[in-house]
Amino acid sequence: MPVRIVVPVKAVPDLVEEIELTPDETDIDREFLKFVLNEWDAQALEEALLVKDATGAEVVVVGLHEDPDIDQALYTAIAKGADSAVKISGGEGSTRTSDRAAVFAGYLSAEPADLVLTGVQAADDLDGQLPPMLAAHLGLPHVSVVVGVQANGNAVTIRQEFAGGRSHELEVSLPAVVGVQAARQAPRYAPISRIRQAMQAGGLREVDASPGTTGPSLTVRRMYRPEAAGHAEMLTGNADEVAAKIADLLRGRGLMKG
Amino acid sequence: MVSGNIMVLAEHTGKQVSEGSYELLGKARELAAALGCQAEVALFGPRDLAAQLGGADVVVSVDHPALSEYLPEAYEQALMAVLADRNPRLILMSNATVGLDLGAALSVRWQAPLAAYVTSLTAEPAAVVATAQILGGKVLAEVELGGERGIATVVGGAFPAAAGQGDGSCAVVEFAAPAGLEALRMSLQQVLEPQEGDVDITAADVLVSVGRGIDGRDNLEVVQELADALGVPLSASRPVVDAGWLPKSRQVGKSGLKVKPKAYLMFGISGAPEHLEGMRSAELIIACNTDAGAPIFDVAHYGTTVDLFDLIPALAERVKH
Ligand SMILES: Cc1cc2nc3c(=O)[nH]c(=O)nc-3n(C[C@H](O)[C@H](O)[C@H](O)COP(=O)(O)OP(=O)(O)OC[C@H]3O[C@@H](n4cnc5c(N)ncnc54)[C@H](O)[C@@H]3O)c2cc1C
Ligand SMILES: Nc1ncnc2c1ncn2[C@@H]1O[C@H](COP(=O)(O)O)[C@@H](O)[C@H]1O
Repeated sequence: MPVRIVVPVKAVPDLVEEIELTPDETDIDREFLKFVLNEWDAQALEEALLVKDATGAEVVVVGLHEDPDIDQALYTAIAKGADSAVKISGGEGSTRTSDRAAVFAGYLSAEPADLVLTGVQAADDLDGQLPPMLAAHLGLPHVSVVVGVQANGNAVTIRQEFAGGRSHELEVSLPAVVGVQAARQAPRYAPISRIRQAMQAGGLREVDASPGTTGPSLTVRRMYRPEAAGHAEMLTGNADEVAAKIADLLRGRGLMKG
Repeated sequence: MVSGNIMVLAEHTGKQVSEGSYELLGKARELAAALGCQAEVALFGPRDLAAQLGGADVVVSVDHPALSEYLPEAYEQALMAVLADRNPRLILMSNATVGLDLGAALSVRWQAPLAAYVTSLTAEPAAVVATAQILGGKVLAEVELGGERGIATVVGGAFPAAAGQGDGSCAVVEFAAPAGLEALRMSLQQVLEPQEGDVDITAADVLVSVGRGIDGRDNLEVVQELADALGVPLSASRPVVDAGWLPKSRQVGKSGLKVKPKAYLMFGISGAPEHLEGMRSAELIIACNTDAGAPIFDVAHYGTTVDLFDLIPALAERVKH
């Protein structure tokens, strides 16, 4: 039996966009935002595909029905080489990690994985990160902040990173949940034609999951943009003028010859 | 029994308690003083490290071979046992590997709300209020940890370490290792030390640092030209290193190196909290980013929204002539 790898993914606001808050200022206004695949989920998917390339593992990508543009992300994953994609309904559209973890756990209880690979964090996490929460729901061992996953039979060998470039090599028996920091190589590219092909073929499986129980949640008093307390002095002008100003700053501090 | 104390999970290398643990302990002491309770530290691994924790009122020590280095499952078991016995009202962990790994698991298993990416904590009569960063620092959230228990994972550098480095002596509670440590589903195979790079970016007076905005390995040439003209090394944000465009020894930030050059010139780096951890104390920070709302502009001394592909060649020209 090939190892079954499940990769839960999330669509997050594109950070390059202007972020607006809801009128009561307790959440991000997601209505007009552009969404992209959580960058660490893209790393987790790549790592899963590398394990598949090496061992013939099965890779299933799962997203939540209510996530914006989730179809696009799931079809892109198929175009990259995932075996199948599942869209889960049953959640209530909450963006909190604790609620999402309960929905993914509901799905994984019904269709268990040998190995869950997902991003170490998501840009809009507020109440924690998905991988350890998911593991706690499922009663599985977990390791997060991981680079490199080697599957060998009923175990995986992984590297958990610490500050300053230190890391631990761990052996973890399966089933397990791993939070991926970075894949061994940059996420592969799927040609648009392949993504379109996957879309035309359809084949996203829709599953209704009954979520597990969620824990106590946080009370958000307010959200706000950091005050521009210490904003940079902006250097204006065209490239040449700005370059001249930067050169002057360096020269003034004796950091540039001439 | 509800102790209602403020607890810190200590991190260490086996010989030395981490700087971040003192940052947390200093804050724990302040909160405990305001709330009329104690600051206690959960110390897993070598018990003699308690001698370095004079700033705490109590150290709860679990000493077992499986805890000598951080191992997620072992730490989680030990922590669950300690929490069941000590019942703190709040536990503080680093928002680094240990907190990213244990914090969220604990919130499910210990049934406590978790605030992650925390940069400030204040005690109010009815709640501890935390400020957390989301969306790479573009938005701050003020949240309440108001119930009987809560967890906060705190961003490195958020609080001063000195406040946690008291030299008093603390009470050490020796806590028996839970039986589960004998039947773990994971094991530590080896500890890998960082590889030394060709250049030491921590020793440079000036760094030219490049981020994802560079958009491809081939484009590194223009930045390299600028760095060469200045006679300084190139450094980078994590995505550039993950993509394999520069070696790990050039990475600045939380999981890379901490640098403090006289000038840090950065191109196409957004200023995510994890990057800031490695460079915010540089003497002069000049940031180039086409997004006027990029968080880096709250930290940099000088900024420009000129496109890096226009600015870098222009600057290289200026430097050469
Ligand atoms: C546990 C953990 C540890 C981490 N450790 C580190 C670490 O040590 N170091 C680190 O850097 N990150 C680290 N990260 C990653 C961090 O969260 C960010 O993802 C990363 O810092 C973003 O890098 P960036 O700013 O280069 O990319 P982005 O955030 O994508 O920013 C790119 C920027 O380039 C700008 N840009 C695009 N085109 C141009 C142009 N033509 N001209 C000018 N500007 C342009 C964009 O406006 C954007 O702001 C870590 C993450 C985790 C979870
Ligand atoms: N051809 C493609 N290759 C990779 N990602 C793609 C592609 N087309 C669309 N995407 C999506 O583009 C978003 C951003 O991905 P990235 O450019 O890797 O940051 C994600 O939601 C991807 O799923």
